[in-house]
Amino acid sequence: MTNEELKVKLTELLPSATFEEGGEWLNVYIEPAALPAFAKQLKSDEVLQFDFLFCLTCVDWKTHLTMVYHLRSTKLQHAVVVKAKLDRTKPEIETVSDTWRTAEFHEREVYEMFGVHFLHHPDLRLLILPAGWEGKNPMRKDFEDPVNMIKL
Amino acid sequence: MYRETEIIKDAPQFGEPGFGDLVINVGPQHPATHGVLHLIITLNGETIKDIKPNLGYIHRSIEKMCESLTYRQFIYVTSRMDYLSAHINNHACALVVEKGLQVEVPERAQVIRVLFDELTRIASHELWWGAMAMDLGAFTPFFHSFRERETINVIMEETCGARLTMNYYVPGGVMWDLHPDFQKRVKDFITLYKKKIHEYDELVTGNIIFQNRMKGIGYISPEDVISYGCTGPVARGSGVHSDIRKVSPYSIYSKLDFDEVLETGGDSFARYVVRIKEMHQSIKIIEQLIDNIPEGDFQAKTKAVLKLPKGEYYQSVETARGELGVYIVSEGGTTPYRIKFRSPGFSNLSALNHMIKGGKIGDLIAAMGTLDLVIPDIDR
Repeated sequence: MTNEELKVKLTELLPSATFEEGGEWLNVYIEPAALPAFAKQLKSDEVLQFDFLFCLTCVDWKTHLTMVYHLRSTKLQHAVVVKAKLDRTKPEIETVSDTWRTAEFHEREVYEMFGVHFLHHPDLRLLILPAGWEGKNPMRKDFEDPVNMIKL
Repeated sequence: MYRETEIIKDAPQFGEPGFGDLVINVGPQHPATHGVLHLIITLNGETIKDIKPNLGYIHRSIEKMCESLTYRQFIYVTSRMDYLSAHINNHACALVVEKGLQVEVPERAQVIRVLFDELTRIASHELWWGAMAMDLGAFTPFFHSFRERETINVIMEETCGARLTMNYYVPGGVMWDLHPDFQKRVKDFITLYKKKIHEYDELVTGNIIFQNRMKGIGYISPEDVISYGCTGPVARGSGVHSDIRKVSPYSIYSKLDFDEVLETGGDSFARYVVRIKEMHQSIKIIEQLIDNIPEGDFQAKTKAVLKLPKGEYYQSVETARGELGVYIVSEGGTTPYRIKFRSPGFSNLSALNHMIKGGKIGDLIAAMGTLDLVIPDIDR
């Protein structure tokens, strides 16, 4: 599907979605609350079939956080980027690990690095950081750590 | 986590769920985990009930470091991620910067890059083959594979000046031209490889003990492969079409004649066969290019200070382990605002528990060997 066709189809599925073009793929902005149902539709819909979540990450924009989900269809070979803006003080979003299993590890990484809480995640613990790092989120822009210098 | 031997105070009694369970730590210093991977394994007898990987022993926060490095500098940090595919990591970063700057890479540089990528892929698979056989108790294959790998390292050393973290690619091309002996050395390597490769099959592939330990072990279905985000030989061992060189070709791969290796077994043996066949395909690519390296510049002219226009860029390449994605968010400055490396090992590891649950602990080593985990690639 081309970006234009995708845009029409996705508006049908979720009328509140907004779009942003310019990059390689179509960017879809959605409300965080709409994510779990939208994710299931993206995966199961006949003409979309986004079965492969190849990148899940978060970007700290200082005023808010943005969750970024890169999706591709292994059968139809088209891709889309789903984005959801989160409140920086209390970031919460539903997990998508029941739709794409790979999200389980990726969400744990985002949880420890950005402090995003994934609701109904099966096992939300620290993955890479050692015990005791809960609440300190190294990938946030305002993170200061004079002992372990990670900024060069 | 389980820092000391855990004494279970309220141990389940006979008949209760969890009776007879034993939690053991494999790693972080264990020869079979190939690096500092820590697995917390719940066993019942010899049967694996659950595996929880505990990562981060070699986490260097490369993504955060890259936020304060320029677009010329950050490439070199990525050699330290998947150190066995150092050239291919660098390739991904160079491509994403070139995509942002819209730089046309000279054909000579593109051919040189693909040649080095494929040599890297062979070197990586050689090391995997030796190390995996060693995990299963065969020590000799390690020496056989290192005999061939050493000749590749010599080729790399001559042109790049390094044997492991090469740092040869720059945005716009490669750092300097090929060594005058390059073509001769590569041809010598191809001759050596073709003379010796049958030994691999004679030593290991056809061995009945080896086959018994590999077939039917660590099975993963094509649906689960996609759901867990597995890529590379792990996905192709289950018959999932996932080679980035074919799915979304970069550089000159669309002009080259090679096959995507697909096996349908889905078990450890299928993944093993995929990697062995991939080495043959890499040789096929090198043979097509080695006599046809075009003359010309090895580097495009770029500005001294690179600034990526505001926006988002994504580029994925096929490393020896699978799909490596580089996601850059640029604010128009000289350094990336946010950078994310989607590493193949990270997703492949997440499927380990699913693959091996219910199997025996001996099978864990066989299954993990064919995942070809490189821990710095997972931790970043």
